[in-house]
Amino acid sequence: MSLTISLTVNGVARDIPLDDPRVTLLDLLRERLDLTGTKKGCDRGQCGACTVLVDGRRINSCLALAVSHDGAHVRTIEGVAQGDVLHPVQAAFIAHDGFQCGFCTPGQIVSAIGLLQEGQAGDDPERVREGMSGNLCRCGAYAGITEAVLDAQKVIAEMDRKHAA
Amino acid sequence: MKTFDYVRPATIAEAVAAASEPGAAYLAGGTNLLDLMKGRITQPLRLVDVNQLPGLDTIEPLADGGVRIGARVRNADLAHDVAFGRRFPAVAEALLSGASAQLRNAATVGGNLLQRTRCAYFYDVASACNKRQPGTGCEARGGDTRLHAVLGWSENCIATNPSDFCVPLVAFDAVVEIAGKSGRREVSLETFYRLPGDTPERESVLEPGELIVAVRLPAEAAKFSAHARYVKVRERTSYAFAVVSAAAGLRIEGGKIAEARIALGGVALKPWRARAAEAVLVGVRPDAAAFRLAAEAALADATPSGDNGFKIELARRIVTRALSLAAAGTPDRVPALPASPFALVPGALIHA
Repeated sequence: MSLTISLTVNGVARDIPLDDPRVTLLDLLRERLDLTGTKKGCDRGQCGACTVLVDGRRINSCLALAVSHDGAHVRTIEGVAQGDVLHPVQAAFIAHDGFQCGFCTPGQIVSAIGLLQEGQAGDDPERVREGMSGNLCRCGAYAGITEAVLDAQKVIAEMDRKHAA
Repeated sequence: MKTFDYVRPATIAEAVAAASEPGAAYLAGGTNLLDLMKGRITQPLRLVDVNQLPGLDTIEPLADGGVRIGARVRNADLAHDVAFGRRFPAVAEALLSGASAQLRNAATVGGNLLQRTRCAYFYDVASACNKRQPGTGCEARGGDTRLHAVLGWSENCIATNPSDFCVPLVAFDAVVEIAGKSGRREVSLETFYRLPGDTPERESVLEPGELIVAVRLPAEAAKFSAHARYVKVRERTSYAFAVVSAAAGLRIEGGKIAEARIALGGVALKPWRARAAEAVLVGVRPDAAAFRLAAEAALADATPSGDNGFKIELARRIVTRALSLAAAGTPDRVPALPASPFALVPGALIHA
């Protein structure tokens, strides 16, 4: 079997030759596609720093083999803003001090975008905290992160309402 | 990670043939397998990727009232399936109490059943482990045994099964559908797992190459939907494996218990069905005294495997709590903190 895979990364379709089936999606993004926004924290699925959206769903890219995701659509932190306009979740993280050192932040933001798309948390901060429990923040910015996610949800709902009107 | 051959079969028959070779392993969500490979705990020579296999990714209502869950259905998709959650709420609650949202989005039903123990000595390749390397001994004995077994263990292995999902599945008589070289067969999930005995490296009844294709729940399981809960004690509020957990289902008629289902997690190398405890409850009023008697029966055979005697009383209290919560009624929606022991039954004592 050929180990060339097709991936659409942040809207751009690519054919990617793989010389080794061991390459994780995380290492592919960082080391071969130079998309270093996605962070390698634990590399074992425990910290969430490597969170990306695959076909719209948030997963830990460190526990995904690239070769197994042939044909997938991947969105990383580099692909969430529209040009110079930040994604509402990015803007809300800044407004609510949702980070300190920033290492976990790309994973937090992509995870939060996934959480909001899943539509399970509503405006309940407990459900937001539970839904974000796969993203660790050693600086302890959790209070700001929860506020940012709730606020971004309101902003997105308002944008959707205006768009529909 | 050691290198491996990668194959991506197009049919179940091709998959079974490819995985029947020595050293082969199936790859589905990969959330446990890749972790094990990175730690060199498991070193497959060949990965058989089942992610493209057709027909294994649906949740299918059966004509007899049961449900058939394809082995590739993702944990999150099953947990959030509204029709499934309404009929099997304790299963949805158990799924949502496990892992993180990211892992549940990737992890599959079949993979959940086949995940390995989280015994720290199994994961530490510098420790002796009969499960990882048969005949080398068990360093968990005499070690840190907080997450280890109090039921069904042997001198060779005191590890526990880490699955939350499987606890209510065993309580409600789930059946595993298996494809192999000689065709299809099925076994109850309760008998799917083996206790450690003298062969802790053999964890299930699967033969080389056999593939889980589906899990079925019978129609009877849905009869408990009004009174079905899962409760899980863990070391932090979220995103941790069970120290002890319990699934409970009650069918209440005329103020008395007509039928009860109880299973425990975190106490043995398999999800532990407590039939003797179920029998205690038949025909009695659902109250705290009856639940405590059932809990005593559930743990009657328990013995510490180390410095973990506390788990026996903890398990009794968690069985009691799960039964009390089930009796109070299944909530309309899985709570914000699924299976949390911090959610109290109205009027109940905090230590009950």
